[in-house]
Amino acid sequence: MNDIFYLLLRRLRQPLIILIVIYSVSTVGFVIIPGQDDQGNVWHMDFFHAVYFVSFMGSTIGFGEIPYAFTAAQRVWTLVSIYGTVISWLYSIGSLLALFQEPVFGRMLRRRSFVNEVSNFNEPFYLVCGYGITGSAIIKKLSERGIRAVVIDIDQERIDRLEMDDLLTRVPGLCADASLPEALDDAGLQHASCVGVLALTNNDNVNLSISIASKLLAPQRVVVSRTESEVNARNLSSFGTDHIVDPFRAYAEYLSLAAHSPYMHLVYDWLINPDHRPLSSAYKKTSGLWIICGLGRFGKALYYEFAKHDVELVLLDDDERQLKNYKNTVVGLGTEAATLEIAGVRDAVGIIAGTDNDADNLSIIMTAHELNPKLVTVVRQNLNTNTLVYKNSNADFIMESGRIIANRILAKLKTPLLPMFIEQMQQQDDVWAHTLLNRMSNIADDRELDSWSITVNEAETPAIIAVSAESTPVKLSVLMKDPRHRKDQLRCFPLMLRRNGDLKLLPGELTVLEEGDQILFCGLADASDQMSWSINNYNILFYLQTGEEPSHNLLAKLLKRV
Amino acid sequence: MNREKVIFAFFIVLALTLNFGFFLGEIENLAHHNVFEFFAAIVVSMICTVLKFGDRTHIGALMLATSLVADLQLVVAAMIWGYGAQISVDGVTPEMISSVVSLSGGALLANVVSVILLMVETIVVRR
Repeated sequence: MNDIFYLLLRRLRQPLIILIVIYSVSTVGFVIIPGQDDQGNVWHMDFFHAVYFVSFMGSTIGFGEIPYAFTAAQRVWTLVSIYGTVISWLYSIGSLLALFQEPVFGRMLRRRSFVNEVSNFNEPFYLVCGYGITGSAIIKKLSERGIRAVVIDIDQERIDRLEMDDLLTRVPGLCADASLPEALDDAGLQHASCVGVLALTNNDNVNLSISIASKLLAPQRVVVSRTESEVNARNLSSFGTDHIVDPFRAYAEYLSLAAHSPYMHLVYDWLINPDHRPLSSAYKKTSGLWIICGLGRFGKALYYEFAKHDVELVLLDDDERQLKNYKNTVVGLGTEAATLEIAGVRDAVGIIAGTDNDADNLSIIMTAHELNPKLVTVVRQNLNTNTLVYKNSNADFIMESGRIIANRILAKLKTPLLPMFIEQMQQQDDVWAHTLLNRMSNIADDRELDSWSITVNEAETPAIIAVSAESTPVKLSVLMKDPRHRKDQLRCFPLMLRRNGDLKLLPGELTVLEEGDQILFCGLADASDQMSWSINNYNILFYLQTGEEPSHNLLAKLLKRV
Repeated sequence: MNREKVIFAFFIVLALTLNFGFFLGEIENLAHHNVFEFFAAIVVSMICTVLKFGDRTHIGALMLATSLVADLQLVVAAMIWGYGAQISVDGVTPEMISSVVSLSGGALLANVVSVILLMVETIVVRR
């Protein structure tokens, strides 16, 4: 507040002094110049009347010549002072208005109110740097889950979009350079309720400086950073960045999973993707020869992941130097049929169009699709503005880095157990994944499959603690009953149980809960809401356990005894 | 020589001298206290206040405070005088003129503090 106040005072110094001087000169003039009273005697105006007259003359109200009609000399002085006072007023008000309209002043006011709003937060919030595709997807999801967030972006247009976007909770935004620690601090980096910092700008260097600043100013804070280069990723992990998301690596892992274990891939997709792929997509043949067009950052990440699983590959690039150290290469862009024929498109199972040019990518998959209609097509989308064309391209997979990062980060933010589960499940075989997928499909169908976790303890699940302390132990199956009607099941099931550091995948429903257990559930978001009733409310859990309403009044107890 | 400093010091000292000039004389005797001098004291005091706006240092804040005190004292004195001259049936009584002068004496003290602060600031900055 002080900044704005002092700026205001300093700017108004000159207009105010001019105003005071002109007013006092006019007043003194009226006191000195002799006038005439109604009897024609010489009369001198006193200070009181002079100030009174100048006040209403200066503000152009004009009550007339009082208390007696003016002499010619007084009128001349009035004439002079009218112009003097009016001009000085215009000047003062003009400078005040100019100050209010100055962009600097507006920015100071906005920043001021932003800082105030953030420092008044009293619930946990995330600090999101960068409101692009990734940032907006994450903010949308966070606000749907009722988690507060604060946004910094360097572009005022994006901050304006944040205001216009239809978010459920209010998300304050600041237009500032997030690589400056001062801006991060204003956005609540050192605020006690800030639970994490997400560095999602499209500039690796900025992400790096956000992560460093955050780790230095608040070492305990969770930092998630996006990066697109190997060097940067290593740099980030060297000072303890908690999660590093590389869109190319992430998508390469995701695709390679599709190539070698399609069901596992679908389970993964259902868990982290809000609009997941249909079950039927798993029936397409995915093991065999794959063609990668464009050996840039994305192509290399793919090559690395596919090579781990001994997938047969043909690499295409129009730059010979890129292909130097690789086997099975064809020089060419892949947009012409001839090059694709040489690469063996008729015998291949999949083609990945991974160049950094959207038109080329679309052309590659269209040509390839004509040559071999059974081909699994993967296409990389570089520009967000091309979404409409890509949607109608009939490609099996569209690789859009913004969404990938968003989904990855959200999976981590939802519950730390989910990434743990994903890591564990990859050690299982595809048959196991198929069974799991059928269960998921039974409860979610084509709706979004949500996941959440609970920890059995006094703070999070008071009802479980209370019920198991006084009556029979609580089994896992009880939590999955509908609190409105215990014969119905909630549309969810447990994915993993963590007890004393041991992980158990798909725990049995008869497992007895103990204090300190962490359980990861998946199911519909609605089921999660219902479940929070049964874990928090003693009466409801008692009803689910026994089928009776608990009665604590004396009459009920007496009646029961009879 | 800094022109801004000259103007600043000029007004602060002028506020003190005018105030002192008005204060001088028998406290109940209207003839010893000139109304023009009083008006000039008020105007210069106000200009001093505005000149002290926007200085963010500690000493600047103190100077602004002393100036505001002087303004307050002088404006109240002017109101009493105006009441006596225009509204009161008895005109300006000796009691009224003595309270006007004593109020201006208070303002004088504030102005003295202001000048002392100005001197302190000048001595601290040895340039």
